This record gives sequence, structure tokens and C-alpha cells, in this order.
Amino acid sequence: MELEKGIMYDKIKFLVAGDSSLVMEFGNSISPIINSKIRNVLNLIEASDIVGILELIPTYRSIQVIYNPLLIEYDSLIDKLTEIGNSINEDSANSDRIVEIPTLYGGEYGPDIEFVAEHNGITVEEVIRIHSSTDYLLYMLGFTPGFGYLGGMSEKIAAPRLQVPRTKIPAGSTGVAGTQTGIYPIDSPGGWQLIGRTPIKLYDPLADPPVLLNAGDYIRFTPISDESEYLKILEAVNNKDYKVNIILNGEVRTHE
Amino acid sequence: MNSIKILKGGLFTTIQDKGRWNYQRFGMSVAGAMDHFAMRIANMLVDNDEYSAVLETTFLGPEIEFCCDEIIAITGANMSPKINGEAIQMWTSILVEEGDKLSFSGAINGVRTYISFSRGLDVPEIMGSKSTFVRGNLGGLEGRKLTNGDEIPLGKRELSSKGSYLRDKDTPIYTKDNNIRVVLGPQDDHFTDEALETFLNSSFVITSEADRMGYRLDGPKIAHKTGADIISDGIVFGSIQVPGHGSPILMMADRATTGGYTKIATVITPDLSTLAQMGPGSSITFEKTSVYDSHKIYKEYQNKFEDIKKSIKENKFEFDKNLLFNLNMFGKGFSVTVREIE
Repeated sequence: MELEKGIMYDKIKFLVAGDSSLVMEFGNSISPIINSKIRNVLNLIEASDIVGILELIPTYRSIQVIYNPLLIEYDSLIDKLTEIGNSINEDSANSDRIVEIPTLYGGEYGPDIEFVAEHNGITVEEVIRIHSSTDYLLYMLGFTPGFGYLGGMSEKIAAPRLQVPRTKIPAGSTGVAGTQTGIYPIDSPGGWQLIGRTPIKLYDPLADPPVLLNAGDYIRFTPISDESEYLKILEAVNNKDYKVNIILNGEVRTHE
Repeated sequence: MNSIKILKGGLFTTIQDKGRWNYQRFGMSVAGAMDHFAMRIANMLVDNDEYSAVLETTFLGPEIEFCCDEIIAITGANMSPKINGEAIQMWTSILVEEGDKLSFSGAINGVRTYISFSRGLDVPEIMGSKSTFVRGNLGGLEGRKLTNGDEIPLGKRELSSKGSYLRDKDTPIYTKDNNIRVVLGPQDDHFTDEALETFLNSSFVITSEADRMGYRLDGPKIAHKTGADIISDGIVFGSIQVPGHGSPILMMADRATTGGYTKIATVITPDLSTLAQMGPGSSITFEKTSVYDSHKIYKEYQNKFEDIKKSIKENKFEFDKNLLFNLNMFGKGFSVTVREIE
């Protein structure tokens, strides 16, 4: 359990990041417990009446706080954030959202799935079963708009990055790199092994909110049976008729 | 329709405002003007909100035809602005007429020039901002830099009969080499004492890899205690990353929201405008300041803005009382504007 718990600092560390930003650091590892504390603290800061906080960026193990130094004194800000940080104990419950991402595995939608299967000495069907039977914690978003850093993938489907990255990967592609998995939110170059693709939009600059997923969500890949079903969902998405299935307070599945 | 027509796009001209704030948690870069000082003054001079959308142009300005009368102001780098071939002043309100052509040459000093428009650039706001984020293909005009033949609609507004100007004493003088103030951190403890000494007592040159996203610097190597990588965390405008090779990277307007390299220090807000006007070949020395002192400097900087704002409001002149003289002296042509001050 030591590994799962991660190393949470006894006292929250405050790191200076210029004249209008600071880092509130909770620990020094990637762990669901630290990440869960960050989400709770984030919610409380947002609900608080601290004047002068402009924006919060949650990451794996910290919150970047952007503030206006004309509106709040540095020491007073630290005091208020410390108070909020200490008011939450590690066991505070999170309202977990499980977001279902329908995914068509293999074929032209996931051209590297055979490689991933071979690399691990298992069948394509097993890759799909393993990949879609775990719920992945979205630790943070970054890199490009809507790109989520997911944790919790089974090592049984791990695979090295492509030696020569592709110049264009279609939006919605799901890939594997090392023991990481993720979805490309926009067309972009990349070197991950592609195993499938989702017809739903993770990022739509004109939508509100523009990004479907939040840090703290769990992602559940649900296999699409065939191309015709994929195209049916895609049409519904394009007509704005598709409702993404979000399970509230559901039971999160971890890999065996 | 009130609009401007881009006859030539210039080297890199984009629409920018304050930037796209409050979406960084989704991985969305802020973008926005590189030089907020020049943008804010440009907007004050056309009596707009300080953070209204303006054109930002780098190294070589565009050529623009006006399809209506308009009041503009040009601030930032000096790219020898001209209307119909006649030199015009910077850091002042300028009344242009329908059919007038605004042109520029290469930057004489500074790197980025700003053009503000009294009626405002009428492009859609995306996530609360009109800023162009080229890498994300988003905002501004179709998410890209301006090109020959583009037409940008202007908003609706009655033009004022009066203009104003920035006092000479407030007009920045751009120099090639500058002292840039920083607050150490957030990861200064990842560096050896010797490395921190080197960082604060050396001169770093901006390499040719310098754009709206960031500037790579060349200079003595800065050594980490153990390693250059951290668990990815947030990045702000002015963060100074030091990857494993030991050469710092200054993160600018189009920076990614998060990154996994140690950040030795962060540039203070008032000095970001100085940096924005520095290009490849310019050199930087970093000077340490405490977070408390940085807040004093920040307050002085804001007070200076308030003072400038007041002076711009007070120093009004009537456009139709401007007299323009073209003089030939010492074998050179000079354009002199004489205005009656109220």
C-alpha cells in the first residue's frame, strides 16, 4: 500500500513562481491520493472568498495559483491557502466521475494494435479486454488543449514508442507509450502506438466547456463493435445528438 | 462595412489581446500580447479598454489599407511607420482616412510593434479572448497569422475629434542588452550553489530559436544537483526552465501550460515587456529580487500606468488642428507635426 499512498508532505510546500504566481505542492510522487487531495483543495479554494486569486492550474502533485499582488499580500495568501489545505484530511471523499469513451479498436482506427499484442505475447482480443477493463485516473490536462495524463494502465499491454513518430494522428486516437495510455484531442504529430479511436470530441473550442474531461475524472474505454456503429456515433456527435455517458459515484475498476 | 485590408501580411502579424485566461487547467495556452506595456498604451491612445485586441507584428510590419476613416496608434518597436509613404509618429493617436495605406519597414529597435484601432478588431471571442494561438490553430483570424488579402472587420463607433500622446519621458527606449529581474524558484533548490551563482552572474544570449512560445538562451551551463526532470507542473509567463543540457529557456506568451523541466527562476511582470522587445543576438543578465520586493516593483509599475493613463486623458489635441510640415535639412527629409495642446 506504501506505493499507492505515495509520499504526501507533512506540510504543504509553497514555492515562489514570480510576482504573481505560486505553487502549492502536496507531495513528490504521482499518486491517486495526492491527486485526490488536490481536487478537494481546488474545490475549496474556488468556493472560498479569497480576493485576488485569478486562476488555478491543478497538476499531478501541485496547484499553480495565479494571483494579483495588488489585491492580496503574499503572506496573507499563504495563510489562507494553508488553512484550506489543512482543513482537508486525506480520506475526504471525492465524487468520482467515470466518463465512458466509446472506442473502436484495431484496423485502420488502431493500426498498431497487432504490434502491441505481439510485443506482449498476447492476442489482439486480450489487448482490447485489458485496455477496456480498467478505469484510468485523469491526473491532469496539459501539453495540448484537452490532452489528459492518464494513470493506471496494466503493464501487460505496455509498448515502446514508435521509432519514427507519425506526422499526423487523427483526433480521437487512443495510444499506448510505455505504461501510459492517452487520447489525442486534436490532430497532431506523435509517437504513441495507436490501438483505437473514439468518435466523440474531447476538445471543441466553440463548446462550453471546450474540453470534455476534467482532472480527477476516471476514463472508461468502452469497445465499439464495428465500423458502422462507430460511424453512427460519429454522425450523432456531428449533429450534436450524442450524449456522453457519465457515471457518478460508480465503482472504479483497477487492473488485475 | 468598416474594415481594414491586409495588403501585405508582414513577417508575423497576429491579433492579440490580454490572452485566454482561465482555461489553462484544460491544457489551453494563454497566448496574448508579448509586450503588454506597448499593447496597453496603444489602446489608451485610441480611448479603448487597455486589453482590447490589437495587431502584433514581429520584425517586419504589414501593409494595411483602411476601408473607412479610423483612429489608430502605433507603439512598440520602431518599424518606420508611414501613411501613404509619409513618415508618421509613434506613441500618439493618428487619424487616418478611407483609402489610406499604412506601411512599415524592418524594426530599427525593438522586435514587436502594436497597432490599435479605435473601433476595435471585430473577430469572434473564443474562450473569452480574441488572441491568436497559432500552434492551436485558434482565435484571431482563423487561428493563423495574417496574410496578403485578409480583410478584418472593425467594430462600430463614432470617431472622436481628439487624440492624445504618450509623454517622451514615458516612452520606452529599447536596447539590445538588458538586465532582467527575476524571483528565484519554484525549483531553485534543484540547482547547486555554484549553478545559481553562474545564473545570476553571467550574460546569456538569445539564440535564433526565439518566438512567441519561448526563447532559448546560450551561455555558461547551469548544473542541476541530481537531475533536470520533475513531475510535470505549471508554467507561467516568464518561467525559466533549465533542461538537462543546462541552457535556460524563457517561457513566453504561447508557452505550454505545464512542463517537466526544473524552473530556476521567474521573470517579474514589468520586465516581460523588456524581454518581448529583445530578439536573437541580444544578451540578458539576470538580477535576483525577493518576492516582497517584486510586489513593491509591481505596485510602482501599476502606479506608473495610472499616471500615464491620467496624462493621456489630459494631453488631448484636436486632430484638425494638426499641422504637418515636410522639411528638407542636411540632405534628409523630415516630417514634423505641430499640434495645438489644450
